[in-house]
Amino acid sequence: MSSVLYDVPGPRARRRNGILTVLTIVVVAAVIGFLAYRMAATGQFSASKWYVFTFSAVWSQILEALGNTLAAFALAAVLSLVVGFALAIGRLSDHSWVRVPVTVVTEAFRAVPVLVMMMLLYYGLPSIGIKMEPYWAVVLALMAYNGSVLAEALRAGIEALPRGQREAGYAIGLRKSGVMRLILLPQAIRSMLPVIVAQLVVTMKDTALGFIITYPELLYYAKLLSSQQGRPILQSAFVIGGIYIVMCLILSGIAKWLEIRTRRSSRTTPFPQVTRATIAAHEITNTQVIATQFDAGPGSDSRKG
Amino acid sequence: MDVIFGNLDLWGEAIGNTLLVFVFGGIIALVLGLIVGAMRVAPVPVARAVGTAYVNIIRNTPLTLVFFFFVFGYPVLGLPKLSNTVLGILAIGIYTATYVAETLRAGISTVSVGQAEAARAIGLPFGQVMTLVVLPQAFRSVVPPMMSVFIALLKNTTVAAGFSIGELAALRATINDSHDRPGSPMEVLLWVAVVFVVLVLLMSWLQRYLENRWRIAR
Repeated sequence: MSSVLYDVPGPRARRRNGILTVLTIVVVAAVIGFLAYRMAATGQFSASKWYVFTFSAVWSQILEALGNTLAAFALAAVLSLVVGFALAIGRLSDHSWVRVPVTVVTEAFRAVPVLVMMMLLYYGLPSIGIKMEPYWAVVLALMAYNGSVLAEALRAGIEALPRGQREAGYAIGLRKSGVMRLILLPQAIRSMLPVIVAQLVVTMKDTALGFIITYPELLYYAKLLSSQQGRPILQSAFVIGGIYIVMCLILSGIAKWLEIRTRRSSRTTPFPQVTRATIAAHEITNTQVIATQFDAGPGSDSRKG
Repeated sequence: MDVIFGNLDLWGEAIGNTLLVFVFGGIIALVLGLIVGAMRVAPVPVARAVGTAYVNIIRNTPLTLVFFFFVFGYPVLGLPKLSNTVLGILAIGIYTATYVAETLRAGISTVSVGQAEAARAIGLPFGQVMTLVVLPQAFRSVVPPMMSVFIALLKNTTVAAGFSIGELAALRATINDSHDRPGSPMEVLLWVAVVFVVLVLLMSWLQRYLENRWRIAR
């Protein structure tokens, strides 16, 4: 197979690839082997290090912590979707008194690190007399950050639609809200679905930041476990890490599946791909050409546009 | 304003540490990301598999957990002692490397196969196909997303605060735990947020500038 980077390999390239294969295997095996050797040498595989995981109480607490993680993720995901839609529509508003503040808020939320936002809510607000549970600090900070990121994705999706869509909506007599609700948003959501789900994976990963502001989620419990009998630091990190990786892989898998599905269905129905080229191609629509011709007046055959 | 001028020494140290983690984490991410990105597009199936496994595992692990592995897990292995800052830099570098690798791979895939085939057809050797045809085109489409990766890296340095690395997000604890320092948690954190907004705006300005500067007139 020929690609941008290399041609179909000849005999010399095949020999070189063989050497590279062996080299890769040796290097990777050396790294993994060294880590395994260090772990064995420091007794990480001994039964006492894994002893805590034989208690069913520990596992029920892990499940409880997993529940806390999922509770924060679920509410943050739903709220950030709501906020994302609100901010996206606000940013596309025709009224500058809506558009400008919403733009400033979106940009500010995107620029402040999530952890600083969580700390502001958890450590900062008590200075002005508001006490907030860690759960709400985690949820609200994730909502603000992911909401503004989703807003940007949705806005990009709406702006990438051919302008004719909007004009056709107005032409059949829909109002602004109808055009947005019935014509633009459904298409933008479909083309942006992979991005939206990918952002939800980020939300899931960022719930782990709750660990730093003492929200009792999975990683917090891992820290707790690692101070138990036998000090199973690496062991609890491996177990909890495995849980995170499985959850995120499931979500990433959904994102990939959605992406493939949208791409496949876009072949049967013409569907806008969000690229700069499409935006440029739709810069001028037939309607505008007709409008400019109308402006030029009858009789003039100058084709502007 | 007391919160700034009363603690000027701490602010300097915190911003210094943030930039330290950012710069060295960025260098590790770039070097490692370049290697992993190259592995992911290599003609060697084993290298591709290793690169894919690395990217998929690390990208689906929260950064906080990667920090956990390095800062709490590394000392258990009985290897030479490293300071928390060094371990944090390693953690953030290894985490960000996956994003760098994916950006590079996406950049290379924007160059059409015909470009390289044409270059090979006129007899250019591999080195010249890369340096004269493929990489200049890939580089331009890589710059804006790569800057986004580095903006994310800058914001991610705050995670180090949870692992006793004295950078900006840890400043609240440092100031409020010593009793004679001026400033409430709210003030400190708001100023930290302002510093980040300024730094991020600076980087997105640079992003736009570079994008315009290196744009190809088609």
